[in-house]
Amino acid sequence: MGFWEIFGVWLAALLTLGIISFLYRDNAFYKACEAIFVGISAGYWAITYFWDNLYRKFYLQVSDPAGTEKYVPWIGFVLGILMLTRLFKKIGWLSRWPLAFIIGATAGLYMMTYFVSNAMVQISASILPVFEGSFGDIITNLLVSGGTFCGLVYFFFSKEHKGVFGGAARVGIWVLMLTFGASFGYTVMSRMSLMLGRLDFLFGDWLKLIK
Amino acid sequence: MRSRRPPIAAFVPSLFFLSLIPFIFLTAVAQSDLETGENIAFAPPEPPTGVIALDHVYDCGEMIDISWTLSAADTAGGPVTGYEIFRAEADSFVSVSVLPLGTNTYSDEKIIAGTPYRYRVAALYTGGAVLSEITPPVSAGTEIINWNLLNLFVIGLFVCGAVIYYITHAKRGKKLFIRKIAGLEAIDEAIGRATEMGRPILFVPGINDMDDVQTIAGITILGKVAQVVAAYDIKINMPVSRSLVMTTARETIKEAYIGAGRPDAYNDDMVRYVTDEQFGYVAAVDGVMVREKPATCFYLGAFFAESLILAETGNSIGAIQIAGTAQPAQLPFFVAACDYTLIGEELFAASAYLSNEPKQLGSLKGQDVGKFVAMAAIIIGVIAATLAEFGAGSFFVELSDIMHKLFTVEN
Repeated sequence: MGFWEIFGVWLAALLTLGIISFLYRDNAFYKACEAIFVGISAGYWAITYFWDNLYRKFYLQVSDPAGTEKYVPWIGFVLGILMLTRLFKKIGWLSRWPLAFIIGATAGLYMMTYFVSNAMVQISASILPVFEGSFGDIITNLLVSGGTFCGLVYFFFSKEHKGVFGGAARVGIWVLMLTFGASFGYTVMSRMSLMLGRLDFLFGDWLKLIK
Repeated sequence: MRSRRPPIAAFVPSLFFLSLIPFIFLTAVAQSDLETGENIAFAPPEPPTGVIALDHVYDCGEMIDISWTLSAADTAGGPVTGYEIFRAEADSFVSVSVLPLGTNTYSDEKIIAGTPYRYRVAALYTGGAVLSEITPPVSAGTEIINWNLLNLFVIGLFVCGAVIYYITHAKRGKKLFIRKIAGLEAIDEAIGRATEMGRPILFVPGINDMDDVQTIAGITILGKVAQVVAAYDIKINMPVSRSLVMTTARETIKEAYIGAGRPDAYNDDMVRYVTDEQFGYVAAVDGVMVREKPATCFYLGAFFAESLILAETGNSIGAIQIAGTAQPAQLPFFVAACDYTLIGEELFAASAYLSNEPKQLGSLKGQDVGKFVAMAAIIIGVIAATLAEFGAGSFFVELSDIMHKLFTVEN
């Protein structure tokens, strides 16, 4: 292992310990690690955005003599300049235009995608014969169809949750909570694997206690 | 004693056995050939028949679909080893793809729209290939309307129509009923607590940009929170991870302060950019929490792996916490660690409820119409499918099929 490699491992190990020390309490070591992390990452993203957007997506395309769509990046450039107008009081209102463009364009682009994945596919998959197959199949089908229906009732905002409607909504929130419980356990396990990765680094790469 | 020579008869079995050796050897060779499939010359198999090349429907001239009837010799252990697709733009055919045994369709994507192509399919076998007939020329074209998506269009039009109807309705000043959402009632309570304790409020709008509808909903709720904050002169602290979110949040809080008649109390430092890096941002927000000890924490927007870190830190300082996100994987953490959680669409409903804007209220009501359609479709579809399963009649079979087709999207 060369000097810089050893130096890198020590630095990474100390920064890891610094961040983990937050579990005990806020301390100077954590503050130093936090400042390093925030400062370096902010600088990294600033440079990444500059080279990826201003240089690669704008400058290279605009300056390419063979480029067929060399005028398109100018739209983004002008919208970017409009964002900066908020620095001047008199024309600051112009900065709302690019925001409106971004929000409107994104909503339009994703509308159909979300409508298909979050609505159409879900409804189609919920139309099942509930009393078909084995006992396990019947339970599964009832959970899928009934759970989706009751979940929809819970998210229906035009009617108070009272009476039968309220009962269905309660079943809906129970289904949601059961799903959250399963999801919680699953995600915690994946986070444990992240922690094991860090411990593996500390005890293996750094302290050499495990091979 | 004189030695006796063995009689000739004694050699007969040995001679017989020796004479069998070449036979056994040849049989073994022949058998090994059969097993390895080498050096066997099959007669040419029958070629693929009925080759059809058609323009792929509902695309922008990107694909030609070829189909054929398998060679009659395409059987397990038969001579056919696969198929090869040939394409000709002029006279000479070039190989496009080699496909495994039993395949009878192929989509050619390496084409130029509008150029006529002819195709032929070869059945490959050990001794070579047998070619099919050549298809007539076919070219790929663009279809402006995808009729496969007609159902999506009709349902989308219906829901959008309902949204527009209710927005118009709300703009005319008609009252639209939206039921109360439990988490919303807690907002005033949470701000009141911060006022009593004289401690700041922390507002985290998630880590996505302004192109995420969850961030927009979070910022809308921020507008309402900022109005109360301005009225009670509480400190609000909002670290953000996106520059556009910073700009929008500052605008929103500024407007709230102007609306409350206290423009001088507004300060740009209420909203601070930290970093775009997810965990760098989390480290900074955690630091803010333990140092400033806000009385109330709002987490409203799009969250990812940082959700539990933030909510647990907020919990450790004893803050009242209100969260809201439409990220299914993060909701369990907020539900477990926060006092109130706006689940999924409740976040958007809360945004509409608080803003009282005709557009948001009308949109929410229109979406409720969509949900009603979904509920009705599930009930009708499930009943029809179940009765069809019990043999209640062809009507229910057809109804079940219709309901499935209505909500199935084919590209």
